[in-house]
Amino acid sequence: MPDQLVFGMEVFLNGLMAGVLYALVALGFVLIYKASGIFNYAQGVMALFSALTLVGIMEGQVPFGHIINAVFGTEIHHFGWHVPAFAAILLTMGVMVLLAICVQKFVFRHLVGQEPIILFMATIGLAYFLEGVGDLMWGSEIKKLDVGLPQGINSAIDEATLGMFGYGFFIDNLDIVATLIATLLVITLVIFSQYTKQGRAMRAVADDHQAALSVGVSLNFVWVMVWSVAGFVALVAGIMWGTKSGVQFSLSLIALKALPVLMLGGFTSIPGAIVGGLIIGVGEKLFEFAVGPLVGGATENWFAYVLALVFLVFRPQGLFGEKIIERV
Amino acid sequence: MFYREAGDFKTSYASDNQTFPIKFDRYRYYAVMFVAFAIVPLIINDYWVSAIFLPFLIYSIAAIGLNILVGYCGQVSLGTGGFMAVGAYGCYKLMTGFPEVNILVHVLLSGGVTGLVCVLFGLPSLRIKGFYLAVATLAAQFFLVWLFNRIPWFYNYSASGQINAPERTFLGVAVTGPNTEAWASYLFCLVILTFCALVARNLTRGMQGRQWMAIRDMDIAAEIIGVNPLKAKVSAFAVSGFFVGIAGALLFAVYLGAAEAGDSFGITKSFLVLFMIIIGGLGSIFGSFAGAAFLVLLPVLLKNVLVGWLGWPTDMAAHLEFVIVGGLIVIFLIAEPHGLAQLWRVAKEKLRLWPFPH
Amino acid sequence: MKLKLATLALGATMAAGPVMADLVFPSLSYRTGPFAAGGIPFADGYADYFTLLNERDGGIGGELAQVPECETAYNTEKGVECYEATKDLGALVYQPLSTGITYQLIPKVTADGIPMHTMGYGRTSAKNGKVFSHVFNYPANYWDGASAGVNHFLEQAGGSLEGKKITLLHFNGAYGREPISTLEALSEKHGFDFNAIPIDYPGQEQKSQWLQIRRERPDYILFWGWGVMNQVAVQEAANIRFPMENFMGIWWSGSENDVIPAGDGANGYKALQFHNVGDDYPVFEDIQKYVVDAGKAAGAGDQIGSVLYNRGVYAAFLAAEAAKQAQAANGTSKIDAAMMRDAMEGLTITADIMSDAGLPNFGPAFNVTCENHGGEGMAAVAQWDASAQSWSLISDFSPSDASVVGPLIDADSAAFASENNISPNCN
Repeated sequence: MPDQLVFGMEVFLNGLMAGVLYALVALGFVLIYKASGIFNYAQGVMALFSALTLVGIMEGQVPFGHIINAVFGTEIHHFGWHVPAFAAILLTMGVMVLLAICVQKFVFRHLVGQEPIILFMATIGLAYFLEGVGDLMWGSEIKKLDVGLPQGINSAIDEATLGMFGYGFFIDNLDIVATLIATLLVITLVIFSQYTKQGRAMRAVADDHQAALSVGVSLNFVWVMVWSVAGFVALVAGIMWGTKSGVQFSLSLIALKALPVLMLGGFTSIPGAIVGGLIIGVGEKLFEFAVGPLVGGATENWFAYVLALVFLVFRPQGLFGEKIIERV
Repeated sequence: MFYREAGDFKTSYASDNQTFPIKFDRYRYYAVMFVAFAIVPLIINDYWVSAIFLPFLIYSIAAIGLNILVGYCGQVSLGTGGFMAVGAYGCYKLMTGFPEVNILVHVLLSGGVTGLVCVLFGLPSLRIKGFYLAVATLAAQFFLVWLFNRIPWFYNYSASGQINAPERTFLGVAVTGPNTEAWASYLFCLVILTFCALVARNLTRGMQGRQWMAIRDMDIAAEIIGVNPLKAKVSAFAVSGFFVGIAGALLFAVYLGAAEAGDSFGITKSFLVLFMIIIGGLGSIFGSFAGAAFLVLLPVLLKNVLVGWLGWPTDMAAHLEFVIVGGLIVIFLIAEPHGLAQLWRVAKEKLRLWPFPH
Repeated sequence: MKLKLATLALGATMAAGPVMADLVFPSLSYRTGPFAAGGIPFADGYADYFTLLNERDGGIGGELAQVPECETAYNTEKGVECYEATKDLGALVYQPLSTGITYQLIPKVTADGIPMHTMGYGRTSAKNGKVFSHVFNYPANYWDGASAGVNHFLEQAGGSLEGKKITLLHFNGAYGREPISTLEALSEKHGFDFNAIPIDYPGQEQKSQWLQIRRERPDYILFWGWGVMNQVAVQEAANIRFPMENFMGIWWSGSENDVIPAGDGANGYKALQFHNVGDDYPVFEDIQKYVVDAGKAAGAGDQIGSVLYNRGVYAAFLAAEAAKQAQAANGTSKIDAAMMRDAMEGLTITADIMSDAGLPNFGPAFNVTCENHGGEGMAAVAQWDASAQSWSLISDFSPSDASVVGPLIDADSAAFASENNISPNCN
């Protein structure tokens, strides 16, 4: 088999894996947009915030320790205990639910029925706010996040492909785990939204607020739930990306990777986010592989958008978006 | 008491359609112009110009440009940073390529170039709508920054890829370069801003503006009543690009003096200008000013209060700044979802009736 | 910390006053934003060293040193604001700490007559003092770094790089592109293959780049990264099992922050340094005693001995030393920016001076002249030991290849001079 083809296959596989990670971030956007029509700019910051909180709880860091010390002249930084990863994840989840309740109670309850751009703006305010609070709470140095996920090249695949093609493929163990978790997450979400009472309520609200309200669905509850689920998705994304790079401010920038996925897959479709993620992941990696060296590399960022653009020109509502029906 | 139309009779369409129909408003406007042109330049120093006035003036131009596209024509754009980069690099190439030509011409020309580029990336807007259109402009954002980084011709093959504004004069006074007096750069930007605001105001209240607004409100309906969507959208992209390009050229040449595509014109810049017009008010020239003022002045003010007066450590102050700015945005939106311009309008409405509200 | 608030409040009220009796060293720090993790230790080190001089020696030559801090968040526009806000306080020297801010300030400081010290960053050709009268970049710059890296690989390869392959993995921007021209010139000289692989900001996702490296199997990698890019690159290098001893970062990619998240995988990773590492210096005991224990530390006091903290201390030490030499030359303790500039231009750092300051062997000995604002470009290589969790220098400070770097600097500074109508001279 020619080398280029083998290399291309390796790049393709890695693109799929990267796509899953993008889709994970995009999923959070889709959930909230579907249920409440809010384009949640703060999703990336939520991933950062949840990861910061997770590390903070695991390490037993004192929240707002910096300010407390400055104001009261104390010198406390750590509680001196270490929380096991699983318990810390549950606790962080609790914090994200609390956050969802606050967001609903203090912000979006007052903005029901506003235009999308205004809701979008409110999430920008939220993003600023969370960013500041996250830093004040946990400090802005880089933190190592280790919840026990494996990292590094997968030897089994390396050896198997070496035997088959004469070139061992590089697949990151973390990516494999991420793919498994993402698959699990999506299946859970689908089961939840199809077969549980709360899930049905969520879909009802997504279809029509007023109709849902009139049959007795509590909008408030559903929205808090949706934000909590989005918070959970953000936490998962935060863990995946944070394991690789340490938890730090840049984590909030992963939202940028999700934007082309969203546009391609449609804002309202969970399968769209997955398929969109895969297309973007594979597309940008293959383009960088094939064309990148000719034009000087680092093409991934813009190519993802150009790819989405090309798709959109032919399908303006996104791959799986609801058909746009225009009436006068 | 003075703030009302009573006794202020209009006898022609022209006077009925004027920008400031109330006498008090008109005089206030003249007063503001007088202060801005005649008094501020006399008392201004380097700090005020660099920290407050130049960013405010330049971002106002960019916000007006983006407001025409988003607020008046309803086409969401997240490519402002990239388009500003076109203006900046265009200006740099012109400044170094034709040093004998006046800097004002360079600035306007780079606006024109940006307009063309903007039209190119605006063409997909004929098919793609709403938030989805943002993808086209984001493609522009990332592609343009990459391009300016990639092709050495844009930065005259310098080793590091930074562009530096050489000294250029306007009417014999330096307006770019290190030896520029505070008042000179301030006045230069103010004149251009005034020009842009006047053009924008007159475009938006004329036929062109009505076409844009018709497209914004419902493009199919607009098409039926005879608005050509191609022409309306393309012209909005062109005009918007022109202003944004001017802002980019000024940001580089007059304000920063040196720039690099990724550093100064990244995606954060696109978001920043978009935030300005949403906070200020979509579809309002005054809103563009208010939004720019809010996002330029507030951080500087907060920093000076927290660090300068209260003596907080700079990092805590910076974090708290985020919390306060974010909180204020949310509070403003809850109080008045349509931006600062709407708050202003409501306030004027109330004033008009005061003290006899019934 | 409480005391710190009080002193800061005091400092602020003093800063508001028009008359400044003290020596002012503004610190344009970035403790927030995407690069905060790199900015915090540097800012702490810079401030703590001056605090130490004030507490232990009563200042520099009897004058208290003041370090007004201004937060730039690595943002060029905030940098301009900070510069304008602090320059009227009587600033003696600026450390802008960001390439973008440096480029903006080069014309401004020259017009205002305030010297600027860009230590291991900024505009490389500022080494040519004939063109850049107020900008200093001793003891080393990026092109020196590239040359030092190649020299190290040369030694590692047993004296010849003929037919070897060196890849530059770099930040896709001005900073990352700096070494390309030097490396191209060096590849001609030493006969190695050279290619550059850019990574776009922020650099969270580098699969493509590392797959390419895995395919092409370069013998050595030089790495110019910053921020999250560093941690991800080290992690990915470990993932593909790239031999870490052949992977070398520039000094901005060589702090504890960059290697700790990758754990054991980072063992053996190398980085260039222009100052020494570790906390085994008398000055740190003094900082602990006079500054941290007295509650006057700029940060939490836990950064002492980390690479970037040391760099902050080193920057402060060089600034304080120049101020001392300015005081000696002018016979007055109250120096201004012009005297400071002249002293920086005649700055001599010897082993004795470093020992006296409690920093024996902390950096290279060098001296600055009008023609040469950059010293001899001395750099050393440090290596990370993951089990000991520490960096240590594995080579001496050695000069860069002047025959390659020199002509490049002349060419770039000449281009700047002609674009801005500067006639190069030394008086």
